[in-house]
Amino acid sequence: MARAALSGRLIWRAATVTEARQESPSARTLVLDVPDWPGHLPGQHVDVRLTAPDGYSAQRSYSIASAWRDEKSATVELTVQRLDDGEVSPYLTDVLEVGDQIELRGPVGGWFVWREAQRRPVLLLGGGSGVVPLMAMVRARGLARARQPFRLIYSVRTPDDVLYRAELPRHVRDDPGFDLYLNYTRKAPEGSPNAPMRVNVATINTHGWPAEFEPDCYVCGPTTFVEATADILVALGHDPKRIRTERFGGTS
Amino acid sequence: MNRLDGNAMAGDLREIFAFDVTAAEYTCAGCGAAEAIGALMLWGQEMGRVARCPHCDDVVLRLVRATDRVFLDVRGAVRLELPLAGS
Repeated sequence: MARAALSGRLIWRAATVTEARQESPSARTLVLDVPDWPGHLPGQHVDVRLTAPDGYSAQRSYSIASAWRDEKSATVELTVQRLDDGEVSPYLTDVLEVGDQIELRGPVGGWFVWREAQRRPVLLLGGGSGVVPLMAMVRARGLARARQPFRLIYSVRTPDDVLYRAELPRHVRDDPGFDLYLNYTRKAPEGSPNAPMRVNVATINTHGWPAEFEPDCYVCGPTTFVEATADILVALGHDPKRIRTERFGGTS
Repeated sequence: MNRLDGNAMAGDLREIFAFDVTAAEYTCAGCGAAEAIGALMLWGQEMGRVARCPHCDDVVLRLVRATDRVFLDVRGAVRLELPLAGS
Protein backbone atom coordinates (compact mmCIF):
# COMPACT_ATOMS: atom_id res chain seq x y z
CA MET A 1 0.00 0.00 0.00
CA ALA A 2 2.57 2.54 1.10
CA ARG A 3 4.65 1.68 -1.91
CA ALA A 4 1.78 2.22 -4.31
CA ALA A 5 1.00 5.56 -2.69
CA LEU A 6 4.60 6.66 -2.97
CA SER A 7 4.90 5.78 -6.62
CA GLY A 8 1.87 7.95 -7.32
CA ARG A 9 3.49 11.07 -5.91
CA LEU A 10 4.70 13.83 -8.08
CA ILE A 11 8.35 14.32 -8.87
CA TRP A 12 10.40 17.08 -10.46
CA ARG A 13 11.69 16.26 -13.93
CA ALA A 14 14.21 17.93 -16.20
CA ALA A 15 12.53 19.36 -19.29
CA THR A 16 14.48 20.40 -22.37
CA VAL A 17 13.51 23.38 -24.51
CA THR A 18 13.22 22.16 -28.10
CA GLU A 19 11.68 25.26 -29.64
CA ALA A 20 10.77 28.83 -28.65
CA ARG A 21 8.18 30.98 -30.42
CA GLN A 22 7.56 34.66 -29.81
CA GLU A 23 3.78 35.15 -29.44
CA SER A 24 3.79 38.89 -28.73
CA PRO A 25 6.44 41.47 -27.79
CA SER A 26 6.25 40.23 -24.20
CA ALA A 27 5.15 36.60 -24.41
CA ARG A 28 6.90 33.51 -25.62
CA THR A 29 5.89 29.89 -26.09
CA LEU A 30 8.39 27.29 -24.93
CA VAL A 31 8.11 23.84 -26.44
CA LEU A 32 9.46 21.40 -23.89
CA ASP A 33 10.45 17.80 -24.19
CA VAL A 34 9.63 15.99 -20.97
CA PRO A 35 10.70 12.34 -20.79
CA ASP A 36 7.94 9.97 -19.61
CA TRP A 37 5.30 12.68 -19.85
CA PRO A 38 2.07 10.98 -18.71
CA GLY A 39 -0.23 13.17 -20.80
CA HIS A 40 -2.47 16.00 -19.61
CA LEU A 41 -5.94 17.46 -19.75
CA PRO A 42 -6.59 20.93 -21.16
CA GLY A 43 -6.56 23.47 -18.31
CA GLN A 44 -3.94 21.68 -16.23
CA HIS A 45 -0.74 23.41 -15.24
CA VAL A 46 2.83 22.62 -14.32
CA ASP A 47 5.09 24.03 -11.66
CA VAL A 48 8.42 25.34 -12.87
CA ARG A 49 11.39 25.63 -10.53
CA LEU A 50 14.52 27.64 -11.17
CA THR A 51 17.53 27.27 -8.92
CA ALA A 52 20.37 29.76 -8.76
CA PRO A 53 24.00 28.63 -8.32
CA ASP A 54 23.84 29.70 -4.66
CA GLY A 55 20.90 27.36 -4.06
CA TYR A 56 18.18 30.00 -3.99
CA SER A 57 15.16 28.67 -5.85
CA ALA A 58 11.90 30.12 -7.10
CA GLN A 59 8.81 28.22 -8.16
CA ARG A 60 5.89 29.32 -10.33
CA SER A 61 2.86 27.70 -11.91
CA TYR A 62 2.29 27.94 -15.66
CA SER A 63 -0.71 26.73 -17.59
CA ILE A 64 -0.14 24.24 -20.35
CA ALA A 65 -1.01 25.77 -23.72
CA SER A 66 -0.92 22.65 -25.84
CA ALA A 67 -3.38 19.80 -26.15
CA TRP A 68 -2.04 16.35 -25.55
CA ARG A 69 -2.04 14.29 -28.73
CA ASP A 70 -1.22 10.69 -27.89
CA GLU A 71 1.01 8.37 -25.90
CA LYS A 72 3.94 8.99 -28.22
CA SER A 73 3.94 12.68 -27.48
CA ALA A 74 6.31 13.89 -24.77
CA THR A 75 5.90 17.54 -25.70
CA VAL A 76 4.43 20.23 -23.52
CA GLU A 77 4.03 23.86 -24.54
CA LEU A 78 3.97 26.72 -22.06
CA THR A 79 3.23 30.31 -23.03
CA VAL A 80 4.87 32.69 -20.62
CA GLN A 81 4.04 36.38 -20.30
CA ARG A 82 6.92 38.53 -19.07
CA LEU A 83 6.22 40.44 -15.88
CA ASP A 84 8.82 43.18 -15.79
CA ASP A 85 9.31 42.94 -12.03
CA GLY A 86 9.02 39.15 -12.13
CA GLU A 87 11.60 36.79 -10.73
CA VAL A 88 10.96 33.86 -13.02
CA SER A 89 9.11 35.00 -16.13
CA PRO A 90 11.83 37.30 -17.62
CA TYR A 91 14.21 34.37 -17.49
CA LEU A 92 11.73 32.16 -19.34
CA THR A 93 10.82 34.79 -21.95
CA ASP A 94 14.22 36.36 -22.59
CA VAL A 95 17.10 34.23 -21.35
CA LEU A 96 16.31 30.56 -21.75
CA GLU A 97 17.49 29.10 -25.07
CA VAL A 98 16.73 26.04 -27.14
CA GLY A 99 18.63 23.12 -25.61
CA ASP A 100 18.49 24.51 -22.06
CA GLN A 101 16.81 22.59 -19.28
CA ILE A 102 14.41 23.64 -16.56
CA GLU A 103 12.88 21.70 -13.68
CA LEU A 104 9.23 20.92 -14.10
CA ARG A 105 6.54 19.13 -12.08
CA GLY A 106 3.18 18.09 -13.42
CA PRO A 107 0.68 17.95 -14.90
CA VAL A 108 -1.40 19.02 -11.92
CA GLY A 109 -4.86 20.36 -11.21
CA GLY A 110 -8.03 18.41 -11.93
CA TRP A 111 -10.53 21.18 -11.28
CA PHE A 112 -9.90 23.89 -13.88
CA VAL A 113 -9.98 21.36 -16.72
CA TRP A 114 -12.28 20.57 -19.59
CA ARG A 115 -13.02 16.94 -20.38
CA GLU A 116 -14.46 15.85 -23.67
CA ALA A 117 -17.09 13.86 -21.74
CA GLN A 118 -18.65 17.17 -20.61
CA ARG A 119 -21.59 17.63 -22.96
CA ARG A 120 -22.59 21.21 -22.16
CA PRO A 121 -21.75 24.31 -24.18
CA VAL A 122 -18.60 26.02 -22.96
CA LEU A 123 -17.92 29.68 -22.35
CA LEU A 124 -14.27 30.64 -22.07
CA LEU A 125 -13.30 34.05 -20.72
CA GLY A 126 -9.64 34.98 -20.86
CA GLY A 127 -7.89 38.18 -19.82
CA GLY A 128 -4.36 38.70 -21.18
CA SER A 129 -2.25 35.58 -20.80
CA GLY A 130 -5.22 34.01 -19.01
CA VAL A 131 -6.08 32.76 -22.48
CA VAL A 132 -3.35 30.11 -22.23
CA PRO A 133 -5.24 27.27 -20.50
CA LEU A 134 -8.34 28.18 -22.53
CA MET A 135 -6.26 27.77 -25.69
CA ALA A 136 -5.41 24.24 -24.56
CA MET A 137 -9.16 23.58 -24.35
CA VAL A 138 -9.78 25.05 -27.81
CA ARG A 139 -6.93 22.98 -29.23
CA ALA A 140 -8.10 19.79 -27.51
CA ARG A 141 -11.63 20.32 -28.81
CA GLY A 142 -10.31 20.87 -32.34
CA LEU A 143 -8.07 17.83 -32.16
CA ALA A 144 -10.91 15.61 -30.95
CA ARG A 145 -13.33 17.15 -33.47
CA ALA A 146 -15.66 17.57 -30.52
CA ARG A 147 -19.05 19.17 -31.13
CA GLN A 148 -19.80 20.96 -27.88
CA PRO A 149 -20.33 24.61 -28.81
CA PHE A 150 -17.46 26.76 -27.56
CA ARG A 151 -17.32 30.52 -27.24
CA LEU A 152 -14.15 32.36 -26.31
CA ILE A 153 -14.22 35.95 -25.12
CA TYR A 154 -10.61 37.06 -25.08
CA SER A 155 -9.72 40.44 -23.63
CA VAL A 156 -6.41 42.11 -24.39
CA ARG A 157 -4.98 45.59 -24.04
CA THR A 158 -3.98 46.21 -27.65
CA PRO A 159 -3.88 44.27 -30.94
CA ASP A 160 -0.15 43.64 -30.35
CA ASP A 161 -0.96 41.68 -27.20
CA VAL A 162 -3.09 39.01 -28.89
CA LEU A 163 -1.54 35.60 -28.34
CA TYR A 164 -2.01 32.84 -30.97
CA ARG A 165 -3.14 35.52 -33.41
CA ALA A 166 -2.53 33.37 -36.48
CA GLU A 167 -3.96 30.20 -35.00
CA LEU A 168 -7.18 31.48 -33.43
CA PRO A 169 -8.77 32.49 -36.75
CA ARG A 170 -7.92 29.03 -38.08
CA HIS A 171 -9.93 27.45 -35.28
CA VAL A 172 -12.83 29.77 -36.07
CA ARG A 173 -12.62 28.65 -39.69
CA ASP A 174 -11.96 24.94 -39.21
CA ASP A 175 -13.68 23.99 -35.95
CA PRO A 176 -17.47 24.04 -36.38
CA GLY A 177 -19.19 25.55 -33.37
CA PHE A 178 -16.26 27.62 -32.14
CA ASP A 179 -16.72 31.38 -31.89
CA LEU A 180 -14.21 34.02 -30.87
CA TYR A 181 -14.76 37.55 -29.65
CA LEU A 182 -11.73 39.76 -29.15
CA ASN A 183 -12.17 42.60 -26.69
CA TYR A 184 -9.67 45.46 -26.51
CA THR A 185 -9.26 47.46 -23.34
CA ARG A 186 -6.78 50.18 -24.36
CA LYS A 187 -6.45 50.32 -28.11
CA ALA A 188 -8.73 48.72 -30.66
CA PRO A 189 -7.51 47.80 -34.17
CA GLU A 190 -7.88 50.32 -37.00
CA GLY A 191 -11.44 50.51 -38.19
CA SER A 192 -12.93 48.65 -35.24
CA PRO A 193 -16.51 49.69 -34.56
CA ASN A 194 -16.02 49.33 -30.80
CA ALA A 195 -14.16 51.76 -28.58
CA PRO A 196 -11.67 50.15 -26.18
CA MET A 197 -13.37 49.05 -22.96
CA ARG A 198 -13.21 46.43 -20.29
CA VAL A 199 -15.35 43.31 -20.57
CA ASN A 200 -18.74 44.30 -19.16
CA VAL A 201 -22.27 42.96 -18.82
CA ALA A 202 -23.11 43.81 -22.43
CA THR A 203 -19.99 42.05 -23.74
CA ILE A 204 -20.81 38.81 -21.97
CA ASN A 205 -24.52 39.09 -22.66
CA THR A 206 -23.86 39.52 -26.38
CA HIS A 207 -20.94 37.16 -26.92
CA GLY A 208 -21.43 34.53 -24.21
CA TRP A 209 -24.15 31.91 -23.77
CA PRO A 210 -27.50 32.59 -22.15
CA ALA A 211 -27.59 31.24 -18.59
CA GLU A 212 -30.50 28.94 -19.58
CA PHE A 213 -28.04 26.95 -21.72
CA GLU A 214 -26.23 26.10 -18.48
CA PRO A 215 -22.78 26.34 -20.03
CA ASP A 216 -19.61 25.34 -18.24
CA CYS A 217 -17.73 28.62 -17.74
CA TYR A 218 -13.98 28.94 -17.41
CA VAL A 219 -12.51 32.28 -16.40
CA CYS A 220 -8.77 32.91 -16.31
CA GLY A 221 -6.73 36.06 -16.02
CA PRO A 222 -5.54 38.68 -13.56
CA THR A 223 -7.48 38.78 -10.29
CA THR A 224 -9.40 41.96 -11.17
CA PHE A 225 -10.51 40.48 -14.50
CA VAL A 226 -11.54 37.17 -12.94
CA GLU A 227 -13.54 38.75 -10.14
CA ALA A 228 -15.31 41.28 -12.35
CA THR A 229 -16.11 38.63 -14.94
CA ALA A 230 -17.29 35.96 -12.49
CA ASP A 231 -19.54 38.56 -10.80
CA ILE A 232 -21.10 39.43 -14.16
CA LEU A 233 -21.72 35.76 -14.93
CA VAL A 234 -23.48 35.29 -11.59
CA ALA A 235 -25.50 38.48 -12.14
CA LEU A 236 -26.56 37.15 -15.55
CA GLY A 237 -27.93 34.06 -13.83
CA HIS A 238 -25.13 31.54 -14.30
CA ASP A 239 -24.83 28.92 -11.58
CA PRO A 240 -21.69 29.67 -9.51
CA LYS A 241 -21.03 25.90 -9.43
CA ARG A 242 -20.54 25.99 -13.20
CA ILE A 243 -18.03 28.84 -13.07
CA ARG A 244 -14.44 27.76 -12.65
CA THR A 245 -11.82 30.41 -12.12
CA GLU A 246 -8.07 30.58 -12.25
CA ARG A 247 -6.41 33.76 -11.11
CA PHE A 248 -2.76 34.27 -11.75
CA GLY A 249 -0.36 36.02 -9.48
CA GLY A 250 0.81 38.74 -11.84
CA THR A 251 -0.62 42.22 -11.81
CA SER A 252 -3.10 43.12 -14.54
CA MET B 1 -0.43 40.05 -1.62
CA ASN B 2 -1.98 38.33 -4.59
CA ARG B 3 -4.91 36.06 -4.13
CA LEU B 4 -4.94 32.83 -6.10
CA ASP B 5 -7.34 29.89 -6.35
CA GLY B 6 -6.97 26.56 -4.60
CA ASN B 7 -5.99 24.94 -7.87
CA ALA B 8 -2.64 26.73 -7.66
CA MET B 9 -1.90 24.36 -4.74
CA ALA B 10 -2.26 21.29 -6.95
CA GLY B 11 1.49 20.72 -7.32
CA ASP B 12 2.27 21.08 -3.62
CA LEU B 13 -0.57 18.72 -2.67
CA ARG B 14 0.23 16.24 -5.41
CA GLU B 15 3.71 15.98 -3.95
CA ILE B 16 2.16 14.70 -0.72
CA PHE B 17 -0.87 12.74 -1.94
CA ALA B 18 -1.23 10.14 -4.64
CA PHE B 19 -4.42 11.76 -5.93
CA ASP B 20 -5.42 15.23 -7.01
CA VAL B 21 -6.81 16.89 -3.90
CA THR B 22 -7.86 20.07 -5.75
CA ALA B 23 -10.67 18.17 -7.51
CA ALA B 24 -11.95 16.91 -4.14
CA GLU B 25 -14.86 18.62 -2.42
CA TYR B 26 -14.41 19.82 1.15
CA THR B 27 -17.15 20.58 3.63
CA CYS B 28 -16.31 23.75 5.52
CA ALA B 29 -16.10 23.41 9.31
CA GLY B 30 -17.16 27.04 9.62
CA CYS B 31 -20.22 27.43 7.41
CA GLY B 32 -20.94 23.92 6.15
CA ALA B 33 -20.62 24.85 2.48
CA ALA B 34 -19.34 22.12 0.17
CA GLU B 35 -17.00 23.27 -2.57
CA ALA B 36 -14.03 22.10 -4.62
CA ILE B 37 -10.61 22.56 -3.00
CA GLY B 38 -9.68 24.19 -6.31
CA ALA B 39 -12.18 26.96 -5.57
CA LEU B 40 -10.63 27.98 -2.23
CA MET B 41 -9.20 31.47 -1.87
CA LEU B 42 -5.47 31.03 -1.64
CA TRP B 43 -2.72 33.25 -0.33
CA GLY B 44 1.00 32.73 0.10
CA GLN B 45 3.74 31.01 -1.84
CA GLU B 46 5.36 27.60 -1.93
CA MET B 47 6.87 28.05 1.55
CA GLY B 48 3.51 28.62 3.18
CA ARG B 49 -0.05 28.77 1.95
CA VAL B 50 -3.36 29.63 3.57
CA ALA B 51 -6.58 28.61 1.86
CA ARG B 52 -9.91 30.10 2.93
CA CYS B 53 -13.50 29.18 2.21
CA PRO B 54 -14.94 31.52 -0.46
CA HIS B 55 -18.31 31.40 1.33
CA CYS B 56 -17.32 32.40 4.88
CA ASP B 57 -13.60 33.34 4.77
CA ASP B 58 -12.67 30.73 7.41
CA VAL B 59 -9.29 29.06 7.04
CA VAL B 60 -9.87 25.59 5.58
CA LEU B 61 -6.33 24.47 4.95
CA ARG B 62 -2.79 25.53 5.74
CA LEU B 63 0.33 24.15 4.11
CA VAL B 64 3.77 24.98 5.46
CA ARG B 65 6.98 23.72 3.99
CA ALA B 66 10.20 23.39 5.99
CA THR B 67 13.51 22.18 4.61
CA ASP B 68 12.88 18.50 5.26
CA ARG B 69 9.12 18.23 5.92
CA VAL B 70 5.68 19.53 5.20
CA PHE B 71 2.97 20.53 7.68
CA LEU B 72 -0.60 20.29 6.52
CA ASP B 73 -3.36 21.68 8.73
CA VAL B 74 -6.86 20.75 7.55
CA ARG B 75 -8.88 21.61 10.63
CA GLY B 76 -11.18 23.86 8.61
CA ALA B 77 -12.59 20.95 6.63
CA VAL B 78 -14.85 18.46 8.39
CA ARG B 79 -14.65 16.08 5.47
CA LEU B 80 -13.27 15.54 1.99
CA GLU B 81 -15.16 13.90 -0.82
CA LEU B 82 -12.99 12.42 -3.53
CA PRO B 83 -13.90 11.17 -6.97
CA LEU B 84 -12.46 7.69 -7.52
CA ALA B 85 -10.28 7.02 -10.54
CA GLY B 86 -12.27 6.20 -13.65
CA SER B 87 -15.43 7.91 -12.44
